[in-house]
Formats: sequence, C-alpha cells, structure tokens
Amino acid sequence: MMNHLIKNTVLALAGIVISTTPVLAETFVFTAIPDEDETKLVERFQGVADYLSEELNVDVRYIPVKSYAAAVSAFRNNQVQLAWFGGLSGVQARRLVPGSEAIAQGEEDAAFRTYFIAHKSTGLEPMDELNPDVKGETFTFGSKGSTSGRLMPEFYIRETFGAAPDEVFSRVGYSGNHTRTLRLVEAGTYGVGALNFQVWEKELEDGSINADDVQVIWKTPTYPDYQWTIRGDVDEKFGDGFKAKVREALLSLDDKALLESFPRTSFIPASNDDYEPIRKVAEQIGILD
Amino acid sequence: MFSYPTVRASFLFLAIACVGLVFADIAITTVNPWRDLGRFFLGVVTPDFFSTEGLATAILRTVAFAFTGVTLGSVAGFLLALVYRWRVVRMFSAFIRAIHELFWALIFLQFFGFHPLTGVLAIAIPYAGIFAKVYSEILDEADQEPLRLLPPGTGVISAFLYARVPDVWDRIRTYTSYRLECGMRSSAILGFVGLPTIGFYLEASFSQGLYSEAGALLILFYVLIATIPWWVKPKLLPVYIIGAPFFLGEGLPIVWGNVTRFFTQDIVPAPIRNDESWAELGLWFSDLMFNEALPGLWNTVVLTQIALVFTGLLALLAFPLISSHFGGPVRRVSGHVFLVVVRSTPEYILAYILLQLWGPSMLPAVVALALHNGGIIGHLIGRQTSMIRLRSDASVGLNRYTFELIPRVYRSFLAFLFYRWEIIMRETAILGILGVATLGFYIDSAIQNIRFDRAMVLILITALLNIGIDALSRFIRGRLALKTMPTC
Repeated sequence: MMNHLIKNTVLALAGIVISTTPVLAETFVFTAIPDEDETKLVERFQGVADYLSEELNVDVRYIPVKSYAAAVSAFRNNQVQLAWFGGLSGVQARRLVPGSEAIAQGEEDAAFRTYFIAHKSTGLEPMDELNPDVKGETFTFGSKGSTSGRLMPEFYIRETFGAAPDEVFSRVGYSGNHTRTLRLVEAGTYGVGALNFQVWEKELEDGSINADDVQVIWKTPTYPDYQWTIRGDVDEKFGDGFKAKVREALLSLDDKALLESFPRTSFIPASNDDYEPIRKVAEQIGILD
Repeated sequence: MFSYPTVRASFLFLAIACVGLVFADIAITTVNPWRDLGRFFLGVVTPDFFSTEGLATAILRTVAFAFTGVTLGSVAGFLLALVYRWRVVRMFSAFIRAIHELFWALIFLQFFGFHPLTGVLAIAIPYAGIFAKVYSEILDEADQEPLRLLPPGTGVISAFLYARVPDVWDRIRTYTSYRLECGMRSSAILGFVGLPTIGFYLEASFSQGLYSEAGALLILFYVLIATIPWWVKPKLLPVYIIGAPFFLGEGLPIVWGNVTRFFTQDIVPAPIRNDESWAELGLWFSDLMFNEALPGLWNTVVLTQIALVFTGLLALLAFPLISSHFGGPVRRVSGHVFLVVVRSTPEYILAYILLQLWGPSMLPAVVALALHNGGIIGHLIGRQTSMIRLRSDASVGLNRYTFELIPRVYRSFLAFLFYRWEIIMRETAILGILGVATLGFYIDSAIQNIRFDRAMVLILITALLNIGIDALSRFIRGRLALKTMPTC
C-alpha cells in the first residue's frame, strides 16, 4: 500500500513538472483591465486578438483577468506584453516596467470624463458644481484601481469637500466595474455612483438604462484616460520593429463594429507624458507612493 | 443551570456577540432586496446549462486543482506530521494553515501569475499545515502496543511501516478523502481571483445578473460534491492523482526573475526599499497599523463573534431537520437537501450572492457564515442524535428537543462550534475581499494599489490573529473537556 502511494506520488509530481513546462513562448499575449461586463470584454478583445494576429503574423492571445491589479501584475511579470489600461493602471504599470510605452489611445480618451449618477430616491437633480446636497448619501466607486471610477471622482470629492469620501458619504463601496456601478445605482443599492462616461453613453444608446430610476447629476472636467501600453522588450522577443508594427496596426484599426464595441471613434497616438496629470493626482490622493 | 461551565461559556459568548451587534454595521441597503432574491431563485430553478462554453472545462479544472493540491498537501503534511514533536514544525504548520487559500493565491499570483502552480500551491500549502496537525494527532492516538512487541534492532522505517501505519491507515484515509471534498470547495473559489475553475464563471455570471447561468454552475457544483462517493473510489484514486496534473490547463509561463523580485523588492517595506530613515519606517508602520490593521482587526473580531453565535443558533435549529426523532421521511429528505446545499456552498460564494442582493454591510457576511457553518454542525449533530435510542415513552415535540436531545448532544455541539471558531475567523478575514471592512478588505486594497509590502504585513497580522484564536479555542475546549473530530 505504502509503496503504491509513494510511487503514485512521485508520478504525480513528475506530472506537474511536465505539464507546467512553458509551451507558449512565441505567442503575443495581451490583457485588458476588467472594467465592464466580462462577456462584452471577451467578445471585444477576441476581435482585437484576431485583428492583431492577422496584421502582425504572430499568434495573438487575449487573457481575461479578474482585477485591475492582476492586469498590471501580468504586464509587469511579462506574462502579457500589451495591455489596454486605464489612466491609473497604465501609470502604475509603466512605473513598474521601465522602457514600457503608451502607444495609442482612443480619440475620446484625450478628454475623458466621469459621470456622477443618482437614483431617483435621492431626489438629486443635475448640478453645475458638485454641491453639498450629495453629502450623507450612499456612494459607490467602480474598481479600487479605476481612473474614471475611483481616482478622478475621489479627487473631485476631496477637492470640493476637503474630506475623504467616507466622511462625505454615509457609506462608500467599490462595485467592481462600471456596468455594476450603473446597475447598483439604477437598483437603488447605492444612492449615488461614479462611472466612466463612455459606458453610460453606450448603455443609454443601447436602451439598457431605465431613465426613470437613474440620471446623470454631475460631469467632471476632462482628463486623459485609457491607452494601449506595450513592454519595451517586445522587439527583442518578436523581432525588430515589432513595437512600431503593433502601434501601426492599432492606429489603422478601422473595423467599425470593433471600434464601436470599445466604444471609440478611432485610435490615435499617445505618449507616456500624456498621463502626467493622472500620476500627479494619484500621488496627491496617496494611491501612488 | 449556571453551575454548568458549558452553559456559562455559552452565555458569555452570547453576551459578547450582543455587544458586538451594537458596534456592527448591519443593514440591508438595497431598495428591492427581495425582488433580486426572487430573480436569483428563479434563475436557480431555470438553470441554463448551455450558455457558458467553458462549463465542462471549468468542472474539469476544479477537480484537477483539488486533486493535485490535496495530494501534494497530504504528502507534505504527512512528512511534517512525522516530525511534529518539534516545536518549530508545529509553529510552521500553524502559520501556513492560518493563511487562507485565497490569500496564498493572491500572493502566488504576483510572481507565478496565471500559471497552474499558483492554484496548486494555494491549496497544497495551507492543507499541508492542516494535514500535519491532524495526521500527527492520529499517529499519537495510535495503539503503541505493536511497537513494543517488535524485536530489538528493528529499523526505524520498518517499525514505522509495520507497527504504526497499519493501525492508523484507515483513519488517515478517511480523513484525507474528507479533505478532498474541502479541496473541491477551495478549488472552486480560487476562480474568483482568476484561476480557471468554476468560481471564475460563477463570478462572471453573478456580476452580470445572469442568474440562470449562475444557477446551472451552482447545481453542477452540488452534483459534483454530492456524487463524490460514487466517482472517487479507492481503486480509481491513483488514476485521478496521476491524471489530475495534466488537466490543470497550461496557463502562462513562469518568469523566474519575478519570484526573486517579489521577495527581494516587492515585499520589502517601501521606506527600507527607498533607503529612507528609520523615522520614515516608523511613520509607514504606524500609518498602516492605525489606519488599516486596527480597524480591520476590530471588524474581523466583531464579525467573527457575531457569526460564531449565529452559527451555533442555526445549528441548533437545523439539526432536527435530519434527526430521526422528528418528522417523517419527506421532511428529513428535504432537510438533508437543504443542509447539503448550505454546507457545500463555500461561505465566500454565499456571501458574494447575498452581498449582490442586499448591498454591502456585515449582514450578508454573518448570514453566509452562519448558514455554511451552521449547516455543517447541524448535519453532524443531527446524525449524532439519530444514533440516540430514546425510551418508547419519551416525550415528543418541543419537550423531546429541549429535555431529551439537547442535553445529550450539547457538549459535542459546543466542541464543534469552538473547533470552527478559528475557521470562521479565517473566512471572515477573506470576506473583506468582497467589500466588508475586515482585514481582507485592506489586504485587497493594498494589492490593488500594487503595495505588496503593506499586503504582506496585513496578511501576517491576519495569520497571528488566527493562531491566537486557535490557541484560545484549544484552551477553552481543554477547560471544558470537549473533544471533537476535525471538520473543514
């Protein structure tokens, strides 16, 4: 019996070693922050993977992750070489990976906004400036690592009220992503929420918002947000000029349906410097050291 | 009545929980909690088994991670059990089992990334600590007689294999296969942080409100667990153990430089890493303690104590459901189904569901912990009462419950409850990842902000709290002379 057990164990251990040997060395892998419903993301980025694979003549694979930090870690650990980051996650990732570069952003990302939305039960009406009426309501951010769902709204809350969000609101939560924020405020789980304006506009256009229950009460000023960031060492791995080819492929993406799924009009060039304002805000709030 | 120490202890814990309730954040914040709950149950009764493509793969991966993790854990645990008399081994084992599987997974994710090793080690490491303890207890309780009868000069290994193993083999096997079921639950929830098990799809379906899809996943999971006795046969075990590692999926390759970086840079406190002064380190540490560790500790303890008492109440209410002393066969069968469902659903999944439905507060966590743990204890106590033979003229109904059964099972009920105290605390910390402000909330926030130095300190504190509660529980069980068998 013991002999059996020992033999089986040795075989099992050998099995682990064999099965875990890397086999995907030449696949170009990318990921994206999980900022919306997973089904939508998988559909959208599978389309991007197919497109890039055709343009670049390499195997391209998209891997879905469960958190913003997981996307940053995978990028940092060189398990993915390209990522669709938010403003903040991009800044975090590029700090951790010297040589990495923001190569493209959506046309809308140069002037992005956060919408504050409120459930009808709060009685809040649209306002020009964020005003004290929102005090004491329940409030939800999106993900803890989100730019439009956490960083910028927190910045404006602190700037307006001179206090941390949990001092301004009676209860503060993190819904996880923008779609969740929308659904939670629509259902009245939270009185007020902050989300990515593009997600709101797209859901509104698709007719999947119950406008009787929830409305936009305040729009933040603009700031830079989402971008494609690539590791600096891709040329070594995939051949000279690979980075330039990826950038070119992204900038010339003109598949209407694919762009619409983001939703972005087109992709335009971006640089690391474009995201300096985000870095400063993050440091000010204490999210970045 | 108060002359019994068990009764005094019970009321003491009840009082602590009542005080805790004053401080706890208990609320239903959703406008329509029952409508959503209704939609959820509608989803469960109208499951959609064909919506998610990866369903079969997810089940396969869940089983594969469970088998590989539990196998590695039991082998390592057995080796540790052999040297368990060494204090350092006991401390090491207590430490590794004090850290929850999900925390281990979050740690390994930072440097192994989405490689199968992350999931395997996340199960194997804490399980090794648990196996070490339980195996060593089994070995200690073994009959010493055969050992004394061996001829002088028998080698250590022969003596061990021929005089000790045969006596304990059955108990080791029973316990290990029981742990396999626990491993299945652990494996499932690893999906919530991104590993390719059932939890991955469950999280996706739930967060999008696709309740029929979620219902299908849950039903498959219950069937998988409930049918374990049929598909896990001793003769098939070697096949499963050898086969499992091949079905973990390929994940993404490990980059070994990341491992070094994690241990030499990432987890070094920021002020030391940046060569700042000792004063800076002091500030860093006190900020972490006062703003995160202490509030997290407080909430974890408050929630644990409340959940512990509700677990006990629920177990006492639930055991008659399956006890042969009450009701007819129909009631007992439905009682069994209810208890199987609540005890097979990990607290994490229950809490996740309830948080979606009721909004964030401690309430979903309390209910989830009480349902799961109360289900486990209720099941065990119910089974125990069924073995009690009552006189034919014994009282019936409430009197039978209060005067015949409760006094007979109360000691073992308390033993189970105190045994699970430490388990409930470990889960309470983990539920923070879902948004309840326990230690897990701050650990998750630190990880989301890519501050692993802070995360590691907080995980360490969580582990110490767990070891403390484990010791206290053992002390109380010793004082009350309560004995129990291990549960998970």
